[in-house]
Amino acid sequence: MSAPEPTAISPIFGRLTLDVLPLHEPIVVATFIAVVIGGAAVLALITKFKLWGMLWNDWFTSVDHKKIGIMYMVLGLVMFLRGFADAIMMRLQQVMGFNGSEGYLNAHHYDQIFTAHGVIMIFFVAMPFVTGLMNYLVPLQIGARDVSFPFLNNFSFWMTTAGAVLVMMSLFVGEFAQTGWLAYPPLSGIAYSPASGVDYYIWALQIAGVGTTLSGINLIVTIIKLRAPGMSLMRMPVFTWTSLCTNVLIVASFPVLTGVLLLLSLDRYVGTNFFTNDFGGSPMMYVNLIWIWGHPEVYILILPLFGVFSEITATFSGKRLFGYTSMVYATVVITILSYVVWLHHFFTMGSGASVNSFFGITTMVISIPTGAKLFNWLFTMYRGRIRFDLPMMWTVAFMLTFVVGGMTGVLLAVPPADFVLHNSLFLIAHFHNVIIGGVLFGLFAAINFWWPKAFGFKLDMFWGKISFWCWVVGFWLAFMPLYVLGLMGVTRRMRVFDDPSLQIWFIIAGIGAVIIAAGIGAMLVQFAVSIWKRNELRDETGDPWNGRTLEWATSSPPPDYNFAFTPVVHGLDAWHEMKQAGVKRPLDGFRAIHMPKNTGTGVVLAALSLVCGFALIWYMWWLAILSFVGLVGYAIYHTFNYKRDFHIPVETVAETEAARTRQLATVGA
Amino acid sequence: MSYVLHCSTRLGAPPMSHSSRLARRITPVLLLTPLLSACDMIVLNPAGDVAQQQGDLVVISTLLMLLIIVPVMALTIFFAWKYRADNKEARYEPEWSHSTQLELAIWGAPLLIIICLGALTWVGTHLLDPYRPLARTAPGQPVAADVRPLEVQVVALDWKWLFIYPEQGIATVNELVAPVDRPIRFRISSSSVMNSFYVPALAGQIYAMPAMETKLHAVFNRPGNFRGFSANYSGAGFSGMRFDARGLSNADFDSWVETVRGTAVTLDRAAYLKLEQPSENVPVTHFGQVERGLFDAVVNLCVEPGKMCQHDMMAIDAKGGLGLAGAYNVAQLSHDKFAARGTDGARPARFMVAAMCDTRPVPSHEFELPDPVNLAPLIGAGLALRAGAVSAALSPIPSRF
Repeated sequence: MSAPEPTAISPIFGRLTLDVLPLHEPIVVATFIAVVIGGAAVLALITKFKLWGMLWNDWFTSVDHKKIGIMYMVLGLVMFLRGFADAIMMRLQQVMGFNGSEGYLNAHHYDQIFTAHGVIMIFFVAMPFVTGLMNYLVPLQIGARDVSFPFLNNFSFWMTTAGAVLVMMSLFVGEFAQTGWLAYPPLSGIAYSPASGVDYYIWALQIAGVGTTLSGINLIVTIIKLRAPGMSLMRMPVFTWTSLCTNVLIVASFPVLTGVLLLLSLDRYVGTNFFTNDFGGSPMMYVNLIWIWGHPEVYILILPLFGVFSEITATFSGKRLFGYTSMVYATVVITILSYVVWLHHFFTMGSGASVNSFFGITTMVISIPTGAKLFNWLFTMYRGRIRFDLPMMWTVAFMLTFVVGGMTGVLLAVPPADFVLHNSLFLIAHFHNVIIGGVLFGLFAAINFWWPKAFGFKLDMFWGKISFWCWVVGFWLAFMPLYVLGLMGVTRRMRVFDDPSLQIWFIIAGIGAVIIAAGIGAMLVQFAVSIWKRNELRDETGDPWNGRTLEWATSSPPPDYNFAFTPVVHGLDAWHEMKQAGVKRPLDGFRAIHMPKNTGTGVVLAALSLVCGFALIWYMWWLAILSFVGLVGYAIYHTFNYKRDFHIPVETVAETEAARTRQLATVGA
Repeated sequence: MSYVLHCSTRLGAPPMSHSSRLARRITPVLLLTPLLSACDMIVLNPAGDVAQQQGDLVVISTLLMLLIIVPVMALTIFFAWKYRADNKEARYEPEWSHSTQLELAIWGAPLLIIICLGALTWVGTHLLDPYRPLARTAPGQPVAADVRPLEVQVVALDWKWLFIYPEQGIATVNELVAPVDRPIRFRISSSSVMNSFYVPALAGQIYAMPAMETKLHAVFNRPGNFRGFSANYSGAGFSGMRFDARGLSNADFDSWVETVRGTAVTLDRAAYLKLEQPSENVPVTHFGQVERGLFDAVVNLCVEPGKMCQHDMMAIDAKGGLGLAGAYNVAQLSHDKFAARGTDGARPARFMVAAMCDTRPVPSHEFELPDPVNLAPLIGAGLALRAGAVSAALSPIPSRF
């Protein structure tokens, strides 16, 4: 069952003893050895090629939104590989756990894996990907030099990373939660989960949550305050609109998560009874609160990708987006409605019929603006000239996949239907259908679309297509069987099964997962091949797709300052209109540009938070106090740092712009 | 798996012909058909009227939504093909981006579907509310006025299910048996953490939660052996938390009850506390006798002697609480603290209060928690209930135990 409880708490090491190292789990030990060897190799290579200075000065301490955006994407990718490894392990276990076999994972290990899979995929894959995308694109799309609070941006990134590091540490020191990704009490309470797992969960999410909330505030302020002159709200690119709504959702909902986890940690640490069975504690209160955060969270993930699809459909159809205004209103309606549907996650907990109907119907109502969006993309394609490059391929795959996920979602919103499908593999199939078919396909579309902007060369088409087909085929093979299994009454999070007729479906799903693995592999190869062949794939224009929004107006990759002159916007699709009007790039009259200076404070604060979280998990009170005091002290110390800005001299700007002029001349633009 | 191989060899056998391309296209579909027909979609084809109506609602809702999903998917493929860049024949209107009629249609069409689905939802949710006593046992078979539902009290334990039959005075572990065509009224709770009580063949699930009681009304329409399990993860032994759910004819049910009664094991409080300890993959167990009021004690967290029942605590709190004096008596209120899984060894001595004053009757199975749902019959088209059935549904449930 759970790890043995240390008998006494040491004043120095808390409850951290050698016993908590999972030496009895050969799979974990093997993973640990692989990670150590791989990690050592990476560190050795970095040292050999003397990259530490470059990494620290140009990346880790950078406050440039573009670099932070890329770092978010790298974090998301690394964690994605971890989360996917968990997925493959679950698939294998469920293929094996038949005919009396226990499979290869015991309950203690398997239950951690499905919990970690959910937590990692939502908090440390989807969130960094989405935040990274918004970070990179929003300032460019609104013609700004950076976000409103560049240091805060760097700090937010490192807090998210610290949370991810804490989750990864739980693999080798102690254990992760065995509660499911939302850690419902009483199971997650100290009485039923006495070991370190839930504490890892709490502190990883709390630390990362600080980063997410601050980044949300940062991007809202950026979008409200830093738009280029002439860009009224109704002239913002749709991606910026969806980003604005997403960040409003973040700022309004993440504090609820922080609050509910704080109450849970009080229950676990100081013996309060918010969510215990005792003393009038109410576990259902936790379920309500976590879903009041949790439901908006799924729209936090999907909305920016709706923006991505809007940009891509318009660009590759060579056409204005159909129904821009209704697109914006649909986004805003979804934003608001996403707050009044949370109860549909627990129709089965005994609410009355009228309450269930209310939340069921509000959920269905969300499908109306979502459906309108789909039609808008459809009619953007109508009478267009559609170029099927990779981003557009992903978009069409999304449209065909997402509607199915949307349909099963509305089905689950019918309470009597939910009574038979709640927590079943049908539900699992549904949300993977919308998260993979919506969020991930959107991210892959976005990566293929904006990669040339970020690095100056396109991604390789051949390997991109292989990855695309593996993902699409793999997805359908992996998740359609789960719909069937759900209708056969199979529930989620099962480790072993007694009905042998189910096995064939798990085998099909496992094959699908292997094909997805091939898709991931092909994508990594695509990145490598594209970097290798970057000179062939080079884009000199900065506008390889005939784009419509301002990020395509500058060079690829954009200079540190994004735009030498702040662009002036006269309508929707600002860059498209500039091209139509034949606006010329200014070639002189440059001025020195005021820029924020890099700082290592974000790294230091996040490292101290990591130490504090680790100390709290293991009851090392002295270390927790020390690191917390250090955290506050260093933050105050940072406020006395007055060397936080500099000017890019006018000569540098002129030189950069002249190089850009020469570059454009080579392609005859 | 044999039927898959069989199927593919048959399709692969004919030599390449003009139809081979078509065959290749439909092969996956054909492969799936025998698979689908071989598998038992218990959710859509259950053995109980309630589950059947819920399954029907799944199908009806899906068909309703396909009305809009299929055209959207078809249009997506059609537009993607028709307006591809190399088709220079197709019209190209790069500036066309608004049409009021189209906007009305694309907001209106989903709206119409959702209005239909919403109406279906409102009616279906009220009609199939698990708290609502059954008005019929099958289509066209209203519950007669003199039919009393079989009461089964369900407790989710770590990691097995306890079923108490107050009317029969027996209890079982991991075996649920009920006569066909007689409404069953489940009262459901849990001893430690959240589980979900689910017998797909019988009716949709409802959570089993500690210190809370949920209800479910259902009926078996045909005899048979079915599966029941927990549909909400509850810890290490979750996968083995399965039980047999059997529908029997009335005669068979009676003889089954007699068999269980013959078991010389009594489920009293002491036995319950032992049973409650975590255990996995527990075989079917019978108890010939059950202590009175056990289920209510479970719901009120006061099975252990000396524990204050929740309803006592609530009664005290309603009167303004115990004040400072109450601070000395908190140990008797705690349930989780010293009963943690695997941490049971270090139980400290406890303070106990021997008796509490309460104006309400001594807890027994007759004691009912206030019903959260108004059971008045729904009025509206399609919802007409026979007068007799309504009065049966509304009459207080008699009990002789």
